[in-house]
Amino acid sequence: MRLHPRFHLFAKVAAMAAASSQPDIERARKRGFDRAIGPLLLSPSVILLAIFVYGFIGTTVWISMSNWDTAIIDWSIIDPFWKVYDSLFHMTRFQINIRNTLIFTVFFLILAVGLGLTFAILLDRHMPGNALFRNVFLFPYALSFVVTGVAWRWIFNPETGINILFNTLGINWVLEKFGMGPFAPKWITDPRVMGDLGNWLPLPDFIKAQLGFPMAMLPVIIAAVWQLSGFAMAMYLSGLAAISDDVREAASLDGAGTIQLYRDIMIPLLKPITISTLIILGHVSLKIFDLVYAMSGRGPGYATEVPGIFMFDKTFKVLEYNTGAAASVVMLFMVSLVIVPYLARSMKDV
Amino acid sequence: MSYFTSKTMNRRTLTLGSAAAFAAVTLAPGIKLAAQEAEDQLEVFSWWTAGSEAAGLDLLFAAFTAQAPDVEIINAAVAGGAGANAQAALQTRLAGGDPPDSWQSHLAKELQARYVEPGYCEAIDDLWEEEGWSDVIPEGLAAQSTIDGSKYIIPVGVHRGNVVFFNKQVLADNGIEVGEAISTDEFFEIAETLTAAGITPLALGSKDGFETPQLFENILAARLGAEAYNGLWDGTTAWDGDEVKAACEDLVKTLGYVNDDHPALTWDGAMSKVMEGTAGFTSMGDWAYGNAVVAGVEDTIGYTAHPGSDGIFISVVDGFVLPVGAPHPNNARTWLKAVGSAEAQIAFAPNKGCIPARTDVDASSLNAYGQWSAADFADSDVVASNAHGAAAAPKFQAAIGEACVNVLVSLDAASFQMELADAAAAAELGS
Repeated sequence: MRLHPRFHLFAKVAAMAAASSQPDIERARKRGFDRAIGPLLLSPSVILLAIFVYGFIGTTVWISMSNWDTAIIDWSIIDPFWKVYDSLFHMTRFQINIRNTLIFTVFFLILAVGLGLTFAILLDRHMPGNALFRNVFLFPYALSFVVTGVAWRWIFNPETGINILFNTLGINWVLEKFGMGPFAPKWITDPRVMGDLGNWLPLPDFIKAQLGFPMAMLPVIIAAVWQLSGFAMAMYLSGLAAISDDVREAASLDGAGTIQLYRDIMIPLLKPITISTLIILGHVSLKIFDLVYAMSGRGPGYATEVPGIFMFDKTFKVLEYNTGAAASVVMLFMVSLVIVPYLARSMKDV
Repeated sequence: MSYFTSKTMNRRTLTLGSAAAFAAVTLAPGIKLAAQEAEDQLEVFSWWTAGSEAAGLDLLFAAFTAQAPDVEIINAAVAGGAGANAQAALQTRLAGGDPPDSWQSHLAKELQARYVEPGYCEAIDDLWEEEGWSDVIPEGLAAQSTIDGSKYIIPVGVHRGNVVFFNKQVLADNGIEVGEAISTDEFFEIAETLTAAGITPLALGSKDGFETPQLFENILAARLGAEAYNGLWDGTTAWDGDEVKAACEDLVKTLGYVNDDHPALTWDGAMSKVMEGTAGFTSMGDWAYGNAVVAGVEDTIGYTAHPGSDGIFISVVDGFVLPVGAPHPNNARTWLKAVGSAEAQIAFAPNKGCIPARTDVDASSLNAYGQWSAADFADSDVVASNAHGAAAAPKFQAAIGEACVNVLVSLDAASFQMELADAAAAAELGS
């Protein structure tokens, strides 16, 4: 491991101190200690991070290129070394997984951030019951995905869930009066995929998955938005609180109306918040496992399966460690596409 | 503003977190060493954590304590996921060279692929001989306990996978009578009658992924008979043949009679439909009967072998193994002797809702279902279940599972059979 530059500095200071007079030594020792204390305190976490994060990532990458596809541990590299990835991307099931993750992430982010911003602005307007609603919106965030997943599974069961409510409310009675069929979506049991990109675009032959919107994913998106839009709201509320009242006053003095105030001044000022929220929610949604696992599992025809479930299945049930590891590496890559530019940006700000 | 941008917070949480992790890493082996030093212990790993299963496990422990009163038992059960969570946890311990003294496994391929081939299990032929288990455990189970000519497991309790449960009242209301057994054609006729009456003929829950393969293997057994069914797993029965084709068509036809919300349900939800009377039948392993017993409605629920599979007993068997490098090998052997004894098995079975693996025990303490199942077990051809890991190696089992996910949507028997045949070819059966 490369030493931190400060270690070299420390050595230099120590050498200088040895050559100089007594009070200088005292001072230098003190300075040296001050300088060393940072790296010293950090070193346990650096070492642990190196082993338990980067070491393990390295191990996972290695396994993803190995022959280890049974319970018998096999570290030898497969020939050719990209073979596991090759078969992974040719698997219809994994193609469906990637499609599902992207669809889920895009719709979930737009809806959660949009709703969060709307709630935050409404609360910012000092509506009556402000404190109550703030807690109501934030509360789902405090619950476990597994708990809410099971509850949402019951709600979106087409035979026993929300569809009964449609009947009770008389919606279907009205629809039938107008000669239309009952409104009874199949929710998480719907195997249809709407709008296949392959119908319009010349896609490469190896893509066997239908690149459209899997209908069964809709309820999962609704559940995730319900759970996490409160978090986006809290982020925006803190951002709004940080914007000084002077800005608002200046805007109203200049004759800006409410809509103008938010559209042209507040929302642009909230851009850093929007980016942070998108990053945090984005990496949650790319890695999502528990909510989907508890709610719809693999779904009809893998309509709701995400790479996390695939990885769990392949690694622990089928014991194909190399395939499972390759799926995790693909997930890591997708998340790093989101995180790395963000980190690079915040490093530059320093 | 956000915790993401706050550096001080980041550094503090990092240091705290690493301190905690460091403490965990440095202290954990110490704790383990201390535990190993303590002499007389027995650590048993299983996924029996729920009510009656846990009660059954306690009775097995009691049988062990009767023989080794001074040994402290450590119950290392892991809950959830029909054993999937426990298997993941166990796999980690075994790969790390830290086996418990004994653990629960299904027989045959699961035992072979997960535990014997990686070298985690010790052969126990001597125990089988000493205890005379070959005389009391039926041939079908003994064969499933044998890998490469050696015995590696002692079966404890037997579940049956090919059972249909039905709501007696619903059938009576529609003038349907089910005798000792039903044939496949009779079942389809009944299904038509029930459909006409607005009742779901067959309740299915397909969310967990094992239910459809189980339904399919029941149909395979019904179509092929025991011998050809066994041949599916060793390569002597062709997956692209006419018999399998007929079974695939039967499955697709059967799927025409199931509830629409099956992707949102697990097997217990399907069983609830039968108990509530909105569905006529459900095809499931006999653990489903436990739900009726718990709900107190077992009198309204009838049962028989899956249509057409009478005379075949698809077994889902739990047993215990002896690890290589057991921390307390003598206690582990005593444990295996205890769970292989007639007294332990007959005490265990009623709680677990299964029947004893030994056929020389008095079944009169079992409930009516258990007595029926035990009688059938003694008379039928006992075969292994694929849906529960015994018949096929994990990869082939998973490939069949994937084909089943697809056929649930496509409802296309021909492409289903093709997928199965491809999977069988990839599995290199019989080699």
